[in-house]
Amino acid sequence: MAKNILETQDLKAYFGNKQILKGINLAFLSNTVTAIIGPSGCGKSTFIRSINRINDLIPNFRIEGNIIFNDQDIHDKNVDEVDLRRKVGMVFQRPNPFPKSIYDNIAYGFNIYGIKDKYTIDAAVENSLKKVALWEEVKNNLSQNALTLSGGQQQRLCFARALAIEPEVLLLDEPCSAIDPISTAKIEELIHQLKKNYTIIIVTHNMQQAARVSDYTAFFLLGELIEFGKTDGIFTAPKDKRTEAYITGRFG
Amino acid sequence: MNRKALNNFWDKLFKLLGITSISFGLLVLLALIIDVIIDGYPRITLNFFKSFPSRKPEMAGILSAWVGTIWIMVITALISIPIGIGAGIYLEEYAPKNKFTNFIEINIANLAGVPSVIYGLLGLGFFVRYMNLDRSVLAGGLTLALLVLPVIILSTREALRAIPSSIREASYALGATKWQTIRNQLLPAAIGNILTGIILAMSRAMGETAPLITVGALTYIAFLPQNPVIIKDSFPFMGISFQGLFDPFTVLPIQIYNWVSRPQKGFITDAAAGIMVLLILTLIMNSIAIFLRYQNQKRVRW
Amino acid sequence: MLGRKKFILGLKEKLIEKLLFLCSFLSVLTTFGIIFILSAESIEFFKEVPVLSFLTDTQWTPLFVNKHFGILPLLCGTILTTFIAISVALPIGLISAVYLSEYASDKTRNIIKPLMEILAAVPTVVYGYFALLFITPLLKKIIPSISGFNALSSGLVMGIMIIPLVASLSEDALRSVPNGLREGAYALGSTRLQLSFKVIFPAALSGIIAALILAISRAIGETMIVAIAAGQQPRLTLNPLVPIETITAYIVQVSLGDTPHGTLEYRTIFACGMTLFLLTLCLNIISFKLKKKFQEIYE
Repeated sequence: MAKNILETQDLKAYFGNKQILKGINLAFLSNTVTAIIGPSGCGKSTFIRSINRINDLIPNFRIEGNIIFNDQDIHDKNVDEVDLRRKVGMVFQRPNPFPKSIYDNIAYGFNIYGIKDKYTIDAAVENSLKKVALWEEVKNNLSQNALTLSGGQQQRLCFARALAIEPEVLLLDEPCSAIDPISTAKIEELIHQLKKNYTIIIVTHNMQQAARVSDYTAFFLLGELIEFGKTDGIFTAPKDKRTEAYITGRFG
Repeated sequence: MNRKALNNFWDKLFKLLGITSISFGLLVLLALIIDVIIDGYPRITLNFFKSFPSRKPEMAGILSAWVGTIWIMVITALISIPIGIGAGIYLEEYAPKNKFTNFIEINIANLAGVPSVIYGLLGLGFFVRYMNLDRSVLAGGLTLALLVLPVIILSTREALRAIPSSIREASYALGATKWQTIRNQLLPAAIGNILTGIILAMSRAMGETAPLITVGALTYIAFLPQNPVIIKDSFPFMGISFQGLFDPFTVLPIQIYNWVSRPQKGFITDAAAGIMVLLILTLIMNSIAIFLRYQNQKRVRW
Repeated sequence: MLGRKKFILGLKEKLIEKLLFLCSFLSVLTTFGIIFILSAESIEFFKEVPVLSFLTDTQWTPLFVNKHFGILPLLCGTILTTFIAISVALPIGLISAVYLSEYASDKTRNIIKPLMEILAAVPTVVYGYFALLFITPLLKKIIPSISGFNALSSGLVMGIMIIPLVASLSEDALRSVPNGLREGAYALGSTRLQLSFKVIFPAALSGIIAALILAISRAIGETMIVAIAAGQQPRLTLNPLVPIETITAYIVQVSLGDTPHGTLEYRTIFACGMTLFLLTLCLNIISFKLKKKFQEIYE
């Protein structure tokens, strides 16, 4: 039986005095893909960057409300944000591989966890590169600097890097906004397959993409959650006028 | 003349003025180098490097000076590099944005502009007198370490700032701690630029004269600090001694200063020869730094 | 087991942060150290020499039998050499900066900037040698009455030494003026020269003034050139052709002698150091604030 792996309760976020999120209540079922759509500046990036507490690194950033992950508040004193981030992986807007070899990029997640066993790491490198369909392209050049890969390859490497440490939730912050259409198609295919094992939250600008990859869709506007529901429902029969206006392209 | 031609004329004139201005300093540098070579070239012999200073100019050499310079540079480097990089990391990656951090920042900017002779007074008052290190190599090295610290801190900070925050985010998102991120991602990416700063700082330390005079480096010295490696007759045949740290010393620029201020013509030749050595070392270090920076800029960008 | 590991990891993180903090705190200690050492000895000095006579007496003869402790002659020497140095470095440095920022191609800039850096990296004792043994004899051919030691040659050489400082800091200021301003001015039909001096230059002015102040501070604190080429005769004069002495040169002069620790003569160098420190401190802070303000405008 599917359960809510992640839930936000009245989530408010601020940068200094500026309120970005105005009380978001959302629940995410495990092994589903949820798309978050909305015009620029609606707070969708801030929202998912709050879930793995990566925004906490920014000075002036402040959060109110609760984010419950596996029945525990992620801001609870007993929760270590480092642990949290291993369970909630993330892929960013722009591919951001480390300026190291392809192999080292993936091995990093193991190194920092003190795992040195070469056999384990080798297996994980191969496995995760296969998952993102990059293995065939790079298997003979694993020691090559990751920055020499094309943008699409770099982004798939970032997926592989995130998957290698086997998170439960995968946060995707507009993962296709900086890459070409062919790579985008490959990544969408990848998201489909990953759904079997992961819970995925994807922020996207592209409504066709949201419709193609997601089971559920949430529409954000000016820091508020306007509408949430099954993707089919949102795109065919939106309940809110503003959602309708957005998905029919009247603004945003 | 029509307006266009007139504008063109002024533009060209300014261009000429700009090129002249820039060439001016560089031509002076060239004149300086040629002047020094003409004056000092005859004294550049092996004996010049192997002899102690002497009352007779043609016998005098820079042995105690270059050995002293190496001692001072090693001590300065050992102290200032780890502390400088550490401070740079703290200020760029850890320090909260508050009044105190702001104060440290102003403080470092100011320290970078404090005249070097003041550091000499600090060394004299604190290391030589208060800590009783006397006019030793260690007191000199510690003084110069404080002097170049701001340079290393500032270049470390700049190097770290040049790394895009996406690299930090990627590392944190994989569950790395702050120190793991710094050690495994940021420092390796920044090390080239940090190294450039370190070499420039060391080149500066090598040429400093005033603070070491104030600390009490000698201007005439006919012995060397105790060699740190001692050869023994019996097993293990080698030993390490730190006695040299507490010996008096001189350095190349001070030796040059001493010779410049003597009236006899022969010492001017010695001074010029000493300057040739100092200038060549400075040029080499700066060229390495410039080359390294160029390499870093050329490297693949993220 | 895992909890223990995490505990150790957390401890290590905290320990490292503390250690790094200490490293940066050392810079604060250095400043306090400077202030403490200078004040401690200066206070002893001012117990014997009233502050008023230190500031107003027109003679500085602490090493003579008839002792006078007036800082004015040393200050005058310092101001004189600094003034000469800035008169050289400011125009040449600024013109170079405008040229590098607005006229030179990237390629030219990439060649010239490292050369300028080398000009700045030459040890000051070398410049002292150059001032005494090259520039002064050269000046003697033009002005026969000039002394072997004088403020003019050391000031000129000091000026050359700080050209790179003025040029590179001003160039940074000019280049941080946003391109939009350049495009706007071109769109209104201004020439490159008009653009440079009527638009970019005023926009970068506070950054350029910050550079100028830093250059002044640098010239005031410069030691070896003046110690070698300007002489050791404290003198209340604005004549650049005669021997003078600066504050810094005096400190070197006493340090080289065998003035015993604890004597009044020994303490004079700390009183001089204090004067020098306060002067440069004020200038450095003004420069830093101006630069910060300037950066805030364009960031």
